[in-house]
Amino acid sequence: MATPKRKLTTAKAISEAISQEMEADNNVFVMGEDIAKLGGVFGTTTGLLDKFGPERVRDTPISETAFIGSAVGAAAVGMRPIVELMFVDFFGVCMDAIYNLAAKNCYFSGGNQPIPMVLMTSVGGGYGDAGQHSQCLYGTFAHLPGMKVVVPSNAYDAKGLMHTAVADDNPVIFMLHKNLQGMGWLGTVKGSIVDVPKETYGIPFGEAAIVREGKDITLVGLGVTVHMALDAAEALAKEGVEAEVVDLRTLVPLDRDTVFNSVSKTGRLLVIDDDYISYGVSGEIISSVAEQDSSVFKTSPQRIAFPDIPIPFTRAMEQFALPNKDKIFNTVKDMMKD
Amino acid sequence: MQADAKKQSWMYENMFKSRYYEECMEAAYLEGKQPVFNMANGPVPGEMHLSNGQEPCAVGVCAHLNADDAVFATHRPHHIAIAKGVNLKAMTAEIFGKKTGLSGGRGGHMHLFDTDVNFACSGIIAEGMGPAAGVALARKLRNEPGVAIAFIGEGAANQGAFHETMNLAAVWNLPFVCIIEDNAWGISVAKTDATAVPRNDVRAAAYGIPGEYVEGNDPLAIYAAAERAINRARAGDGPSLIEIETYRLAGHFMGDAEAYRPEGEKDGLFSKDPIPAFRTHLLESGALDEAALKNIENAMHTEVDEAFEFARAAAEPEPAEALEKVFA
Repeated sequence: MATPKRKLTTAKAISEAISQEMEADNNVFVMGEDIAKLGGVFGTTTGLLDKFGPERVRDTPISETAFIGSAVGAAAVGMRPIVELMFVDFFGVCMDAIYNLAAKNCYFSGGNQPIPMVLMTSVGGGYGDAGQHSQCLYGTFAHLPGMKVVVPSNAYDAKGLMHTAVADDNPVIFMLHKNLQGMGWLGTVKGSIVDVPKETYGIPFGEAAIVREGKDITLVGLGVTVHMALDAAEALAKEGVEAEVVDLRTLVPLDRDTVFNSVSKTGRLLVIDDDYISYGVSGEIISSVAEQDSSVFKTSPQRIAFPDIPIPFTRAMEQFALPNKDKIFNTVKDMMKD
Repeated sequence: MQADAKKQSWMYENMFKSRYYEECMEAAYLEGKQPVFNMANGPVPGEMHLSNGQEPCAVGVCAHLNADDAVFATHRPHHIAIAKGVNLKAMTAEIFGKKTGLSGGRGGHMHLFDTDVNFACSGIIAEGMGPAAGVALARKLRNEPGVAIAFIGEGAANQGAFHETMNLAAVWNLPFVCIIEDNAWGISVAKTDATAVPRNDVRAAAYGIPGEYVEGNDPLAIYAAAERAINRARAGDGPSLIEIETYRLAGHFMGDAEAYRPEGEKDGLFSKDPIPAFRTHLLESGALDEAALKNIENAMHTEVDEAFEFARAAAEPEPAEALEKVFA
């Protein structure tokens, strides 16, 4: 029996996925700052306290090192904790628990002690929250071995990827872009609010999605930049340029094949990333295509990403630095000259 | 409660085993590193932190533990691993970097994981605190028996992870005990130069939990203090903090010249070596006679020798196995 269609925000899709996982398995529990009574600053745990009570939905002290470290210990003995790091920028106070414990204990134990935990965190700026509450840091987490890294661009993917994340026996860093979250107090990209089935479903890690087909150029994005790329592709189509848009969905594992196959077809590659430009996702995508076969390029691959500066507060400066539809449009027009 | 004769015998056995283990390890470690010391050489490369002198801490606490109880140890883990019952052959093979090691050679001496007895250790100061609290939380959520113990050094009590986790464990009333091995030195920095209070047990007051300081590196006094804390944790009454005066009879790591120690300090510590002292106590109290002690010592020699023979004879891993086990 088909369920009637309903559109959900990413926040609602995530809290529904977590709720279903908690119903299915008593080992799943949630902890983090303001995730119980408040339901999560970004709405990821709304309604869970009422449903599951304070033992399984735990407000923590402001002690990221302690509660993320605790998640590692709980996961080591068979629990499946979901912990929230409110803003990814806060990783600075607790990275040891993430990259030295969660990410390495499976390896250090020769595979005998997997760490099945999900660390969900909010990323991204564009709303004037300045340099300690606006970063993406995709590349930072994807660079370090031992963690899977997920960056959904819409509510449907967010729910399916969360089900897969909870079922995974490894640490998963689940990065939710604030511009896609659907909070009443924060602008939301409309394209992120989509039909989401009520029932549970998994979206496999390591499978990028081609969200728009085209023959002239491949635009690779993740999270919010997927929507910028789609908007640019729409405008480009009016000028006769057919852009293909690839949504990476997960950075670890990374679907290099889908990107390569698309570029093989189009001959042109532009990567759009709102994380810092150097040593990051954009460079990894370009090099992975170049390594496989650089003869596929009809023109030099390009990237649009955040410059190597702390994220500035004032609107004009922040918007100047962020990727956007116009930057993509203009870069594509230049690339089409070759 | 006073440890009974059987417990005292177990404690001596594990102290003796641990010391003999470190003596064998020291000899193995120095192979290939003389006359020129280079940490990268020999059958056991890398850093080596020996636990000589700190054995009472391990046995006094672990005498109360079962396999269900979890222990998180430090970069100086051998005495604690032995007292917790870690598979000695697999542990030794791991330290030799062999295929049959606990993790097939991926971890080494600072990263020993034996899931059968819930033992783990790590190389970052105070890093075991959070995971220990997490096991305690898991036990509580599932209503399962079992407590979690984090061993740390006195220097670790100045880390954020210590304070954050003590508070978390207290506010959640977890079955958790933090054991501080106070060997008075954080590598070369004396406790008096690093820590604002003479004794860390007073810090328990900041978390509203009991704290206790045990003087004299005495296994029986440690046993009694640990029993109070562990019973409290098992009863659901929450965490405790114990700091133990102990002695580091080796350098911070092998190769450490220890020029930072005041002259004569080391000789004074050797005169207080806890193993001969406990042996004398056992004889004088009549708990064990000379023949029984000799039997224990012979058995421990054999067990440790066999572990080293196993490790030396074990196969090397294939280098490309390095690429496996990153993910489960």
